[in-house]
Amino acid sequence: MQRREFLKISALLTGGLAISGTIFEELLAMSDEDLKAKFGVYPTYCEICFWQCAGWTHVNKDGVIQKITGNDKDPHCNGRLCPRGTGGIGSYFDKDRLKTPLIRVNERGQQKFREASWEEAFDLIEKKMKDISVKYGPESIALFHHGSGGKYFTNLVKAFGSDNIAKPSFAQCMGPREVAFANTFGTGLSSPEPLDIRDSKCLVLIGSHLGENMHNAQVQEMSDAIDKGATIITVDPRFSTAASKSKHWLPIKPATDIALLLSWINVIINNEWYDKQFVETNCDGFEQLKQHVQAFTPEWAYGITTIKPEVIVKTAKEMHDASPSVIIHPGRHTTWYGDDTQRLRAVAILNAILGNWGQRGGFYIPEKAEVPHFHLPEFPKPKWTWKDTTGGKYNLVDLGLSNAIVDASIPTKDSDKTKQVKGWFVVGTNLINTLPNTKRTLEAIQHLDLLVAVDTMPMEITGWADVVLPECTYLERFDSLRVSQNREANISLRMPAVKPMYNTKPAWWMARELGLRLGLKAYFPFKTQEEELDWELKEIGSSLKEMKKEGVKIVSKPEHELYIPKGSKFEFNTDSGKIQLYSAAIEAEGFSPLPVYTAHPEPEEGFYRLNYGRAPMHTFSRTANNPNLTDLMDENLLWVNPKIAKIWDLKENQLVKLKNQDGVVSTFAIKVRITERIRHDSVYMVHGFGHADARLTQAFGRGVSDTEMITNVMLDPIMGGTGMRGNFVTFVTDVNA
Amino acid sequence: MRYAMAIDTLKCVGCSDCVVACQTENNVPIGYCRDWVVEVTEGTYPQLALENRSERCCHCENAACVRCCPTGASHKEEGGIVVVTHEKCIGCAACIQSCPYDARYTHPDGYVDKCTFCLHRVNEGLKPACVSVCPTKCMYFGDLDNPESEISKVLKNRKWKLLIPEAGTDPKLYFLV
Ligand code: SF4
Ligand code: SF4
Ligand code: SF4
Repeated sequence: MQRREFLKISALLTGGLAISGTIFEELLAMSDEDLKAKFGVYPTYCEICFWQCAGWTHVNKDGVIQKITGNDKDPHCNGRLCPRGTGGIGSYFDKDRLKTPLIRVNERGQQKFREASWEEAFDLIEKKMKDISVKYGPESIALFHHGSGGKYFTNLVKAFGSDNIAKPSFAQCMGPREVAFANTFGTGLSSPEPLDIRDSKCLVLIGSHLGENMHNAQVQEMSDAIDKGATIITVDPRFSTAASKSKHWLPIKPATDIALLLSWINVIINNEWYDKQFVETNCDGFEQLKQHVQAFTPEWAYGITTIKPEVIVKTAKEMHDASPSVIIHPGRHTTWYGDDTQRLRAVAILNAILGNWGQRGGFYIPEKAEVPHFHLPEFPKPKWTWKDTTGGKYNLVDLGLSNAIVDASIPTKDSDKTKQVKGWFVVGTNLINTLPNTKRTLEAIQHLDLLVAVDTMPMEITGWADVVLPECTYLERFDSLRVSQNREANISLRMPAVKPMYNTKPAWWMARELGLRLGLKAYFPFKTQEEELDWELKEIGSSLKEMKKEGVKIVSKPEHELYIPKGSKFEFNTDSGKIQLYSAAIEAEGFSPLPVYTAHPEPEEGFYRLNYGRAPMHTFSRTANNPNLTDLMDENLLWVNPKIAKIWDLKENQLVKLKNQDGVVSTFAIKVRITERIRHDSVYMVHGFGHADARLTQAFGRGVSDTEMITNVMLDPIMGGTGMRGNFVTFVTDVNA
Repeated sequence: MRYAMAIDTLKCVGCSDCVVACQTENNVPIGYCRDWVVEVTEGTYPQLALENRSERCCHCENAACVRCCPTGASHKEEGGIVVVTHEKCIGCAACIQSCPYDARYTHPDGYVDKCTFCLHRVNEGLKPACVSVCPTKCMYFGDLDNPESEISKVLKNRKWKLLIPEAGTDPKLYFLV
């Protein structure tokens, strides 16, 4: 409810407010904007995860942040933030925040720093960047980023002359899905994914644990779908929360998902349960697909997946019965076993033949606002990028691969001396806990001439930096507009609710200050971010003033259609204009044009597959110190099946360390949670714990870091993703060993 | 007027948003809570069932805590909402002992605190903070005496259960099953 309405209602109904009549009249006469300022409500969008829900920061009469609530108009959250967004205030109040710039005083890894002024910090970065540029070329500066601050540093690094820029959210997360969908439908799915879950009659979750991963609007819509009686089918070796809400839970043997998907396709094609008209009008390669899947019968899949043939048939029938209002959820974190692009191709194909593209309850056609950016001079053309260091691989990929940049930072006897990465900017991502194989990340760091970390918290990566730049939290700064795709195009504003605490600054300001020092002023034309925002907003007929009041604005064009008429021809962004069931592009790169199942290694006797996932109250490793969120969950637990616990004589809450197949023993210990919800051949933990930086006083040493245990990385040959689920662990019961 | 709350266990995902939203709405200090989430697993792999429940004070008709309070700090507001007047509370904790739901805690400032059904919000025509935030929209709040209220309708149309009904306190926190 709008504050204004609330005042009216309060006046009429309760008269309970301690406000006299005249003051009340005065309040009603005030503009909404003044009113909000008086009651201390400022628009923001959340930075605790990538979903970026829009909300309001409430400041009490003492000028202290009280709470954050959702913006009713926002399609990402519909007025309801998730627990992390609600607990986002903890990121502001966290006593362990980075408070001032830091400069390292001895060798890397010793974690000795001195406090520095912004001048000193920038002086040092400027000098080192120039040295690297002279010695190796500007391309030798790389950027890893996540979150809002990344954009400004992308601008800086590109203006400096490098395109070695990567987001771990690609090669460690969504990459296989995006490449698979791009090579099927001609477009990646992007974020938020255009899934019409609320009207879906059948939602298939395969390795996606909605409800534990709080992709806000999707969780809300899954709940709507449950209310409307939708059938939910969950494929997961673990009895996830979503599995417990499902009509069918398929407790699949880990690492066999492609076999199940192929047999579903087999059943749907051979029973003629696919959407014939849609396939005929909109798909290429159906006959090849049909031939290809003939061998993949439910009986064949049963031997691999342990899912009974009749269950495979029954669930396929459910999908058919619901079609086109059916969704095989494409997931988000999809880097599992190295054949992930192929698995996601199978997901894309299954969706395609059910004819759910552009259909109610399937995939809707998203709309995104077009917000012009101020015209900048062209960026200098780099002489090389990370792609030139991979020996001609990954041609289907146009986004940076973090792991390839790490590789390019480690000189070997064969590596090209003219193409070395020597300086890293790491903005808003804790590479130590984000990239698999921590040891290799640290090795790369030891070869660098410069490592700058920009963060709000003393995350592990900052301990390895030469210069640490403390960013203020999202509640203390402006940021670029959120311009996201959704059912309706919309924009959202983030503005500060309070002044930055300590000696912290917005990333926008940092990137610009460095740009000015490096002679790149032309790329930073605005003096303040407010000017830039106002310029952009005026270009689309709004203004900063309006957005401060509204927070979110829907800017949908009347001609935008959410769905395409059933049976019509749709123009896909592929060579033939049709969906590529058979991918000639993937074939041209030397890979199978249709998805195939490959068996993956199994755990040896006494070892268990390490599975990991999300908890609703944490985002990756970045919230593990947030005081409000650690109050809800302050460590991860190791899920162990009771039978296995019995064999090992493990007790509930007993501390154990883990040892993986490569002999790596976890730094810290983790408590055992004995539960029937996990298969006997795997163990499970929530990702993001086991922090090793003692400056994180809440998170330090609590639980085990799954990342530390992931030393076997199964590289996806198609797009370079780092498959992380091929690791096996055993228990070390003597935790002091 | 009789206020009550219902939680749909078929939709609750146990995310604890209700807990953190209550803390920030009601200045509940970190380390304490007025509501909490319970997870119950039954069966053996792979024949399993799981229930998530968000629990809090049941605002009982026949409230043991109110009866045993020596100072009258624990009392009923309009609509049957059970609240503690912090200024009157001497922190004797008799109510904590008597509550079958363990819904009360001693605030570090010395008084006993608990869920108020967000009376301050309800008086302003708003829903309780936990109900407003819940991402699965699995919580319902309203007046049992009004047959047209959302809660009356949902209790009429769905199966529900109460926690520890044998305690005889006549709780007004319903769980849809
Ligand atoms: S889903 Fe939660 S953490 Fe992510 S942006 Fe929304 S409120 Fe924030
Ligand atoms: S916020 Fe809603 S879904 Fe989450 S635990 Fe509470 S009642 Fe359940
Ligand atoms: S009704 Fe209010 S006080 Fe009670 S648990 Fe919910 S948010 Fe907390």
